[in-house]
Formats: sequence, C-alpha cells, structure tokens
Amino acid sequence: MSEHSLAHHDEHHVDMDVVDVFGFWIYILTDLILFASLFAGFAVLHGNTFGGPSIKQITSLPYVLVETLFLLASSVTYGFAMLASYGGKKNQVGAWLIITFFLGLSFVAMEINEFVHLVMEGHSWQVSGTLTSFFALVGTHGLHVSFGLLWMIVMIVQVFKFGLKKEVTRRLTYLGLFWHFLDIVWIFVFTIVYLMGAV
Amino acid sequence: MSALLGNLSLNAIPFHNPIIMGAGAFMALVAMSILGAITYFKKWTYLFKEWIFTTDHKKIGIMYIILAFVMMLRGFTDALMMRAQQALAVGHSYGYLPPEHFSQVFTAHGVIMIFFMAMPFMFGLLNVAVPLQIGARDVAFPYLNSLSLWLTVAGAILVNISLVVGDFAGTGWLAYPPLSELAYSPTVGVDYYIWALQISGVGSLLSGINFMVTILKMRCPGMTMFKMPVFTWAALCAMILVVLAFPVLTATLAMLTLDRYLGMHFFTAAHGGNAMMYVNLIWAWGHPEVYILILPAFGVFSEVVATFSKKTLFGYVSMVWATIAITFLSFVVWLHHFFTMGSGADVNAFFGIATMIIAVPTGVKIFNWLFTMYRGKITYTVPMLWTMAFISTFAIGGMTGVLMAVPPVDFQLHNSLFLIAHFHNVIIGGVVFGYFAGLTYWFPKMVGFSLNEKWGKRAVAFWVSGFYIAFMPLYMLGLMGMTRRMYHYSAESGWHPYLVVAAVGAVLIAIGIGCQVVQFAVSFRDRLRNPNLNPANDAWGDGRTLEWSIPSPPPFYNFAITPQVDSLDAHWKQKEDLAQGKNSATPAYADIHMPRDTSVGFVIGMLACVFGFAMTWHIWWLVVASFLGIAVTLILRSLNFNTDYYVKAEEVARLEAACRAKAGQAYIV
Repeated sequence: MSEHSLAHHDEHHVDMDVVDVFGFWIYILTDLILFASLFAGFAVLHGNTFGGPSIKQITSLPYVLVETLFLLASSVTYGFAMLASYGGKKNQVGAWLIITFFLGLSFVAMEINEFVHLVMEGHSWQVSGTLTSFFALVGTHGLHVSFGLLWMIVMIVQVFKFGLKKEVTRRLTYLGLFWHFLDIVWIFVFTIVYLMGAV
Repeated sequence: MSALLGNLSLNAIPFHNPIIMGAGAFMALVAMSILGAITYFKKWTYLFKEWIFTTDHKKIGIMYIILAFVMMLRGFTDALMMRAQQALAVGHSYGYLPPEHFSQVFTAHGVIMIFFMAMPFMFGLLNVAVPLQIGARDVAFPYLNSLSLWLTVAGAILVNISLVVGDFAGTGWLAYPPLSELAYSPTVGVDYYIWALQISGVGSLLSGINFMVTILKMRCPGMTMFKMPVFTWAALCAMILVVLAFPVLTATLAMLTLDRYLGMHFFTAAHGGNAMMYVNLIWAWGHPEVYILILPAFGVFSEVVATFSKKTLFGYVSMVWATIAITFLSFVVWLHHFFTMGSGADVNAFFGIATMIIAVPTGVKIFNWLFTMYRGKITYTVPMLWTMAFISTFAIGGMTGVLMAVPPVDFQLHNSLFLIAHFHNVIIGGVVFGYFAGLTYWFPKMVGFSLNEKWGKRAVAFWVSGFYIAFMPLYMLGLMGMTRRMYHYSAESGWHPYLVVAAVGAVLIAIGIGCQVVQFAVSFRDRLRNPNLNPANDAWGDGRTLEWSIPSPPPFYNFAITPQVDSLDAHWKQKEDLAQGKNSATPAYADIHMPRDTSVGFVIGMLACVFGFAMTWHIWWLVVASFLGIAVTLILRSLNFNTDYYVKAEEVARLEAACRAKAGQAYIV
C-alpha cells in the first residue's frame, strides 16, 4: 500500500466508522424494544400474585438503591475511560475499565444475591405471574450486564495488548453505548419494578 | 434422561411411520447425491472458498434464494398432503394421516413458508438488488450479512431434522399457548419450533439492521432519498419494520421458552399467567411481518411495471408515501387477528377502522401501477405476466381483507377457511408472484443468462389457474362454516366436492412448480446460447436503475467507479445522455476497498444449529460447549484486524476491460 493510496482512502475509513457506529445505535434500538416487550409483560402480569407475595413484600428498596448506585457509578467511570481514550492514554483507559468492571460486577453480585435469597425463601419464578415477570425482566437486564462484563474483560485485554488503535477505540465506543444503555434501562427497572412496586 | 444424550434416544425416530421414514430417506438420498456430486466434480474447495465463506452480497443473495426454493418444495409437499387428507377424510373415511401428524403438517407448512421460504427469498432479492440499485460496493456489514444467512440456514436445518428426529410442533404456525405450553405439548416439537425461529429470527434482525444502515448511509453521491429506486424504498421500509418488530418476536419466544424450560408462568392457564398476552405480543410482530414480506414485493412490481411499460413509474412520490403510510399503519392493526378475544366494541372498532385505512395507500399503489401501464409500450415478459396476475389477484384478496376488517363479520369468519383463502390470496397473489417476478427480472443480472421464457410462461399459467382453483373453493367453504385445520369432517356437511376441487388446484400449482424446475434446468443447459446468454449490462434493454449499468454478473466490486446520480432512473438518464452524444470522460480508476471473505459467519451459524438442537433435547453439556464455541469464535474474530483489502486500480482496469470484451457490442454506456 503506497502512501498515496492510503491518504486517498482515509476519507473512506472515516465514513465507515460513522456507518459502523450508526449500525450499533440501531442494534441498541432493537434491544430497547426487547426490553419494552418485557416491560409490557410486567405491566400485564405484575398484579397476578396467585396467592403468593407481591413485589412490595419481597424487595428491599435500600438494598436496590445501593445496587443502583454501583451501576450508575460504573457508567461515570466508563465515561472517564472514554475521555482517557480521546487523550490516547492507554494505561488510564485500562485502569478505568477495570474499575468499571468491578463496579458492574458488584451490581451483578448483589442481584444474584437478591435472587438466591428470594428463591431460598420460596419466592421463585414458578410461584406466580407476578414473580415470573419480575425475574424475567430484572434477570434479562442482569444477563445483559453480565454479557457486558465479559465483553469488558475482552476489551481490557485488547487495550493493553493492541493499544488504542482505531478498531479498539471503535469497540470501546460500542461497549460504551451498550453500557450507558443498560444504565438507562435500569433506571426504568428501578422506577417501575421497585419504586412503583413499593407503593 | 442421560447426561450424554439428554432426552434423545432411538425412540425419537419414528420407524413405524412409513410417510416420515420415506420422506427422511428421500431427503437423505438427495443430500447424499449432492454431496457425492460435489466430491466427484472436486468442487469442495470451490464451494467453501467461493460461496460458503463469501461476503459478496450477490452470492449471499443467490444462496438465500436457493434456500427459499428448496424449502418451498418441502412446504409445498406439506400443502399437497393437507389437500389430499381433506379431500379424502370425509364421513367414514379418515384419510391417510393420523390427527397428530396432520397437526404437524399444517404447522410445518406455515412455519416453513413464512420463515424459510418467504423470508430468505425476500432477503435474497434485497441482497442481489439493493446494493446495486444504490451504487454501493457491498452492504454496510458484509461479515454480518454472511452470519445472517447461516443463522437462517441453521433454523432451516433444525426444522428439517425435526422431520426425522423427534417431532415438530402440532400447534399451528404461531404456537398459541396454553396449547404450546409443556403441559399440553410435552414433546420436543415446540422446542424445535422455538429454536428454529429464534436462531433464524436473530439472522433476520441482523439483516434488518444491515440493510437499513446500507440504504441510509451507503448510497452513491447524488442519490438523495427521493432519487432512490422504488424497490430500495420498499426495502428500507420493510427493514424498518424488521428492526422494530423482530425484537418482539425474540422476546415473545423467549417468554415461551422460560415457561417451558424453567416453569415460569407467562402464558400458562394457572398461576396467574395470561395466554392472551402471547397472542397480543406475537401479532405485534406478526402483523408487521406480513408487510415485511409484501413491501419488497410491491417494490419489485414497481420496477417491473416501469421497465416493461417503457415509462417512468406513475406517481413515484405518492408510491413512496403510500409505502411509508403502510409502514406506520402496520403497527396499529395487530388486534384484527383476534377481534373475538373480546376487547370490547371500542377497541375492535379502532383496529377495524385502522385496518380498512390500509386499503387506501394500497389502492394508491394499485392505481399507480395501472396508470404506469396505461399508454405504455408493454412487453409481455414473464416478470410482467407475474405482475399482471398479481394486480388482479391481489385486488380480490385485498377486498376480502377489508371485509374481515369489519369486526361483526370477523366474528363469523374467524378461523374459518375464508380467512385461509384470504391470506393465501394476498400472500401467493402478492408475495409469491412478486418474488417470482423479481427473480425472473434480476436473474440475468445475477448469473449472466436469462431464464427460459417459454417455461416461465407455462409456470405462470399453471400457478395462476391453480391458485384460483385451489383457493376460491376455500372462500365458499369458509362461508359454509368450515373451520381451519380440520383433519376430518362429516359427509352431511356438503364440503367434500369443494375440497376435491381445491385438491385439483393444488395439483395444478404442483405442475407450475414443476415448470419452474424445468425452467431452471433448460435455462442452465442453454446458458451459453442465444437468447439466454446475456452478459450485457442491460439484460432487458429497458432497465432504468443503476444495477443495469454494470455487467452481468457484476464484478465482485460492483461499480468500477462509484456512479454520480442526479435524477430518478439513473441508468435511463445515462442512456439518454449517451443518445444525445453527452459522453462521459474516459474512466479514471482508483483502488477499491473491499471486505475479505470469512469463515466466521458459517462457523457461528453451524454452532447455533448445534446449540438449538442441544437445547431442544436438553443435552446440557453440548449446550454449554456450542455456546462457548460461539463466544470463542467471536473473540477470535475480534483479534483479526486484517478484514479488508484493496483492489489495485490497474487490476480494476484489467477486469473492466475483460467484462466489456465479453459483453461485446451489447455493452451500453
């Protein structure tokens, strides 16, 4: 590849980046609709306790608030990772990603702990439509965050191994979109499932 | 249940059933002879290198269409079996199919025809035509495109495995609960259904994203939205529907999966589940789905009518807005599939009126096509014949649809054969005829030779007459009170003669399909002879859009020089400019940026197929292994930064000269 033709196609590469990120936005849109369907399911089923407990009786708001703060904090630290990537500071990016990872991991751990306790106390998803819709909605979000954590491990390795090359930075943008998107979905989960469930 | 094989055992194979074993043996024979032929002709390397690992949208499109045709043969066999059963099973005769097998046959027919015939056919045509129409060198995400194809194939493989290993769902094509719940469908049939649809559905969703981005972001310079060809517009609207509707299908099937695998209560009859929620959700996907299928067909008709009337499409702008209106309205009519649920008069009235309103933009389209033909110089080629058959047939189907949009009428006709006749009227008369028109129209573009006209005309004749003879009696039967999916009925009903006529119609359609098979064979045999040989760019001589400005088949990079467009019907304009002596300067080629082929799409698709099979049979170690396999493949792909390359300008010049030499005098512009 001569210098000349590289320069010639620089413009094309920039275009492709815009196209790629736009595609990822559309993917985020589709995932949002998936959550919308689960929210619709929750709206229909949340009152069908079938003699079992209501959501208010089995959830603890202070506990979920701590969980929420972990996730929100992880979004902020991810933002710092992106800022560092704009400055080309590879080690800072890696460090912020590791911090983000552990904040996200704390969130997932707390959620798993909550689920395990509920099941141990006999409030599993098999009890009623209410708990079915609760576990499915919250669990799908948790599964997304867990997937995001796996992805983050891959990205941490790539940042340290390959540095902040174009492809890596683009993937960091994708993961960032995904991570903030999960934060926003969680705000709705927190509000509709936990806060509105508690009143 | 064993740790190694899950619920799978030799008992899963129905050795006692001659029909299934015969079909299985036939499928095995065909597969073996194809594999044998590939080995004999030493084509394995060619097959993998040139086709299976390709990221070339044109080849991916051809593979989609091959899949669609193969699955159509299977889905149509199911249709013949149903027609035969209903023609025989009257009074004291119970036909040749036991009820549980009949249920699987009608379920498989619907699932195959929608998910594995119509959908792949649609994506096949999009792959072939859309990038060429917008002057692009490929789709936005070529590797994702290959993945989509192989996920669709994976779903199709699962459906075919279910024929021999275990059983398929006997629930009807949408698997309504509570029937599809574990309590009432304890076998693996519904699980096959779920995973086949879930895996191919992910493929469709990824394709939807891919083409939406391609059309919005990769158009050649000068092609503003309202200079896009109508087919591309229709494709864009259909892809918007895919992106908005398919996640709902994914979520709904996931809920059913949770019910069946983890004992949840989304749709169960007890424990506070709500079966009607499933019906609402599945149609929130299902109604847009029918427009996902019909909009590209409308697009094909628009291209075909304009080309073979030698006129600009009448009312381009109104055509586009009608498409957009249908796109929007398709999301507010889903409830008309279950007026009888009892949502109350107000809700039913809203959805009834919304449904009737869709007839307005559709009517606009019909009149646009008619006015395009009016005073046009019409050539009666095969694509044009499909189009004319469509216009009259679809108008009838549309009218019966508006009839059923009236809730009180629907209470009478719900789940009757009137409904079956209606949707076959619009799907065969609209979608199928449209895709056949599109295939015939773009066939020379795909491979460089045309389809045989004589056998094509025979196919049209048998398909159209067969359709009317098969489905008009069903309208009558519906009005006489016959419900759908009956495997037996009493002699006093008076239905028998109508069902015999319908069976005759199905046989005529079978002859039509036979004509198409012969058409492929004859066209392939004569591919190097006139008039079939057609390496020129403008195969029909009257092409209007950009795909007709490049050789047939196009070089892998499509456009040697990215075209610059300043009007609708860009190629027509090029030809006019040429006639007026306005010739463009000698071409100055530049390096072309292309994606590399990859095996990743194929590998993930096949692993997804294994994953679906393992989930169906509860083979947990294989579930974990195939899932990890997919994850590792994705991570390995992310470590590969060498995914594209450049074709040198000199190489482009050499390839272009070769193309022109091959086409000879026929090359225009």
